[in-house]
Amino acid sequence: MRDSRGMRAFFQVGGIVFALALTTVVLVASKAPPFAAYLNIALGAFGSWEVFSNVLVSWVPLLLATSGLLLTFTVGLWNIGIEGQITFGAIFATWAMRSLQGGGTDPAFVIMLSILAGALGGILWAMLAGALKTFGGVNEIFGGLGLNFVATAVNLWLIFGPWKRPGIASMSGTVPFDKALWLPTLTAQSRLSPSSIAIAVAGIVLVYVLISGTHFGLRLKAVGRNPRAAYLLGIPTWQYMMTSFAICGAFAGLAGAIQVTAVYHRLIPSISSGYGYLGMMVAMLVNYRAALAAPVALFFAALNVGSIQLPIVLKLDSSLAGVLQGTLVLFVLLAQGAREFFARKGGKR
Amino acid sequence: MSGDILLISLAGVLTAAAPVIFAVIGETISERAGIINLSMNGTILLAAMGSFTVALATKSLILGFLAGALIGGFVAAIVAFASVTLRQSQVAVGFVLAVLCRDLSYFLGNPVMGEAGPRLSSSPIPLAASIPILGPLLFRQDVMTYLSILLIPLAWVFVFRTRPGLVLRGIGEKPSAAYVRGANIGRLRYRYAVIGGAIAGLAGPIYSLSVKAGWKGTISGLDGIGWIVLAVTIFGGWNPVRAAFGAYLFSLLQWLGLVLQPAMPGVPAQVLQVAPFPLMILTLLLVNVGNAEWVERSLARLPEPTRRWLSKLLRAMNATPPAALGTPFEDGE
Amino acid sequence: MLIELRNISKTFDTVQANSGISLVVPPASIQGILGENGAGKSTLMKIFSGFTLPDSGDILLDGERAVIHSPADAIRHGIGMLHQDPLDFPPMRLLDDFLLGREGGLFPDRRGAARAFRELAERFGFVLDPEAWVDSLTVGERQQLEIMRLLWIGSHVLILDEPTTGISLPQKEKLFATLKSLASDGMTILFVSHKLEDVEFLCDSVAILRQGRLVGTAKPPYLTKDLVGMMFGREIAFPERKKSPPGASVLSVNGVSLEGARIRIRGVNIQVRAGEVIGLAGMEGSGQSIFLGACAGLTRPVSGAFCLDERDMTGRSHHDFKREGVAYLPAARLERGLVPGLSLSEHFVLSEKKKGFFIDRRRAKKLSQDRIAAYNIKGEPDSPIESLSGGNQQRMLLALLRDPLSLVLVEHPTRGLDIESTVYIWGKLKERCAGGTSIVFISSDLDEILQYSDRVLVFFAGRVSPPIKAEELSVESLGLLIGGKGWEDFERGEADA
Repeated sequence: MRDSRGMRAFFQVGGIVFALALTTVVLVASKAPPFAAYLNIALGAFGSWEVFSNVLVSWVPLLLATSGLLLTFTVGLWNIGIEGQITFGAIFATWAMRSLQGGGTDPAFVIMLSILAGALGGILWAMLAGALKTFGGVNEIFGGLGLNFVATAVNLWLIFGPWKRPGIASMSGTVPFDKALWLPTLTAQSRLSPSSIAIAVAGIVLVYVLISGTHFGLRLKAVGRNPRAAYLLGIPTWQYMMTSFAICGAFAGLAGAIQVTAVYHRLIPSISSGYGYLGMMVAMLVNYRAALAAPVALFFAALNVGSIQLPIVLKLDSSLAGVLQGTLVLFVLLAQGAREFFARKGGKR
Repeated sequence: MSGDILLISLAGVLTAAAPVIFAVIGETISERAGIINLSMNGTILLAAMGSFTVALATKSLILGFLAGALIGGFVAAIVAFASVTLRQSQVAVGFVLAVLCRDLSYFLGNPVMGEAGPRLSSSPIPLAASIPILGPLLFRQDVMTYLSILLIPLAWVFVFRTRPGLVLRGIGEKPSAAYVRGANIGRLRYRYAVIGGAIAGLAGPIYSLSVKAGWKGTISGLDGIGWIVLAVTIFGGWNPVRAAFGAYLFSLLQWLGLVLQPAMPGVPAQVLQVAPFPLMILTLLLVNVGNAEWVERSLARLPEPTRRWLSKLLRAMNATPPAALGTPFEDGE
Repeated sequence: MLIELRNISKTFDTVQANSGISLVVPPASIQGILGENGAGKSTLMKIFSGFTLPDSGDILLDGERAVIHSPADAIRHGIGMLHQDPLDFPPMRLLDDFLLGREGGLFPDRRGAARAFRELAERFGFVLDPEAWVDSLTVGERQQLEIMRLLWIGSHVLILDEPTTGISLPQKEKLFATLKSLASDGMTILFVSHKLEDVEFLCDSVAILRQGRLVGTAKPPYLTKDLVGMMFGREIAFPERKKSPPGASVLSVNGVSLEGARIRIRGVNIQVRAGEVIGLAGMEGSGQSIFLGACAGLTRPVSGAFCLDERDMTGRSHHDFKREGVAYLPAARLERGLVPGLSLSEHFVLSEKKKGFFIDRRRAKKLSQDRIAAYNIKGEPDSPIESLSGGNQQRMLLALLRDPLSLVLVEHPTRGLDIESTVYIWGKLKERCAGGTSIVFISSDLDEILQYSDRVLVFFAGRVSPPIKAEELSVESLGLLIGGKGWEDFERGEADA
């Protein structure tokens, strides 16, 4: 058996080793001490409870985005528009907050409503990309990309226009909400809120169960792998595509809503923080399997948070995290291709 | 607004469109061969940073531009390797490269950030520059802007009038038919992906050595351009002239955003800057909607004259991608 | 050019497509290559034209060994092939298509090419406008274009693969006249076909292939009976056929016309009764696949109506047909019928009615084991579907059918299967018939058609015969009909009626 489990693992580990080697070369080339850099990242992510709680704060939206994307990837779609869906989630959540705050409604209820509104915003924006794909023939990648830019524009317009701070509009975002409407955090200083962790964990568990244990997930898989056969087996294919878009949008919207209600307590210009694209990378790295998504997303979040200190300590740009993440995904993809390449060659002989 | 200022502004639009034209035409060539290079956003940033660094170190603009082309070609070669040799998803690899190259450019560009580097100066064409109206508009530009204008007919002639261009169209359209006519599909796809990538890579130095000279890391304002390029390529219907038209339209809209700013104080500048994007989606919808099945079905129900007129209109706007775009080709055995 | 093929062999996976084929073709002649679908004709020609590499064997041109590893090599040796599906570029102008592939400098000599184009068109009496678009042409005209192109790049050998499929009668006459004049000018022509009439009319010599082997050659005057005998062979004896009593009408097809990419079918009428088996005979691409798809609601008819149990289903979707108890089993099992990457058990779950939200794994496993045993499938519930052999994939498709069914539509039920699987599959299908389910199937195996059908519809180039009782047919008479002979009787019959 050429395509055995051992072979697979060999190429996967090979890909990771290559990626680390290349990143090290990049570090050496920029005259940075590689070991010190890696150590700094590790300390920056796990050195204290404080920094690690920041890792968890960034793990939540990343894991939510990845969870949603696992569903769209399962049905064979590239929901690159997820960035815009996160942004729209944030916008809807802010809108709910702004309309309800000061109205005497119970704060817990307001927070809940605004998080739900966020999910709704994400769904709407995702359905738009889905409709463009299904009824307009616009490839979901390009439709999604365009919608990302539109979402950014709407966001900026709100921050600088209707929702601007009294007096001067600025890149720092809208006026923060009442303290009572912040999603409760662990301690007063921390930005980590247990309920957001609960939402994220519930999300990935839900997706895992959906994909591996339900009729719905199995049908998504069938449509993703062979839409023609799925149709002959009686599955209404485009409805399933739209549904997966909608659910992914809900997850993205939740991520945006949590950024607003738990982390920033206001709407800021780059509210999606690139979590959507990073989520795509996580999904690719785990080869679209839900079981590994949580730990890999945690690892990616740790890289992001851990590299924040790099500019101060080592005079290195914090984008090292992105370089490491990118090379990892690239080389794991290439290693997978190489394995298939050699399997083909072997088969021919 | 006086006439002179308008002319200078329009000349500025031509300059600002130059990098987009290079990138769009490069991508068009690659996609004509059947390879989607989704890495464009990262390619342009990395090429901008790399060429700025090289130009700064060597004090040579030419070496800087060369570095941009090399980087573009190299990134495209990875996409080609992954898709032609390893038969992996072009979209996945291209997307990862888009993100990776962006971060790589920020990381490696850190030391040169904010440094004052060499800058391409304008080279007015003697005599022609003093022609009224046309002079200030066309003939007081820098070399790369002249080249960008020249590139449009050159690329068009190459794709539609030369023998290799004919084969290029063939391998993207129906590789099996090109194969039986003696074309080596794999080799040609590599070749055009790399050439297209190199041309697109020049967009980087045009930014960092001319249009937005210097390297300012994340605030360089280049993040996002590559995605636009991909949209303009579709808008351009894989035709260099129509693609260049899209690039000019995009630059014009961005400039209009700036101009209209004082007239609309309620609308923030950043919003007008992204105004072209919704229009892009709309045009993408218009050029694609003719391909959707339900349109055909509903058209069939309309009365004859209306139907004819509508389908003609849709057909004129419609852009059909090269039929084999993004699909691997497997020869006989 | 003198062509010698020596001991050409080629195996795909487990199928021996060509085994030890040797053939000599003298210059300035038209050599017919005759055989049914899957006989190995196309493989042999693809090897000769460099599209496919043989496992062993040599090709000699004018007595010298020629190395042909790619179509580019074949072109250098002057071998030009006209493929069954025109390998041209629909979104290009004729002149561009004509130019593509010809060597030359940076700028092609368009004016010279246009001149050559017009001269060639004039020489053969083709009416083609070099500035028109390829996708505006009929299949016949696209062939003409391709022939002109092959001559222009200097081919000395012309291979034509089923060139008369999908072209009109006048176009066929023009094609034949062209080929005869080319042969008399010294061109060597290999004419691959399953149409007896064409081969008999055109070829100076015929080689007959069956199951990858060269089973015989013939020279004019041809005896049709001998050709048919060699083409189809007869290994399997006819078992007694049980006559089933006609039941109520399950499917009625009333004056249905269909249009496909290459074929049009006009006015098909048939009433399929409960428990009846209808065989659709004909060479591939004669229209039977579109017809079968339309019976499943996959293609909409241009005119006419489909009724299931008296209920008008015209224009309804496949899923509506499915709800009425119609099942469709495609020939491309792994491409259209099954989902690679999913396990057997997952397929069974997909095919069942959804019960609840969660998949009941234990029930699924039990169901899979039962079905796997019932259908004698060699595989485990958890093994991926693509690990099954062709025969087991077909059993799997049958095992996935839901009960109760009123109509099962099958494309090539036993193609590529061994005898054991064939007998098994038909046993299962017949079981369903006994329960009142009707079956409509496509096959290019004449014995299969005759053995299992109650009635037969013969398709030839878009023409459809009226239903013929299977006992009124023999291998010879069916072979003739498939080859396009003996159709006058139907037309006379129609005129009488």
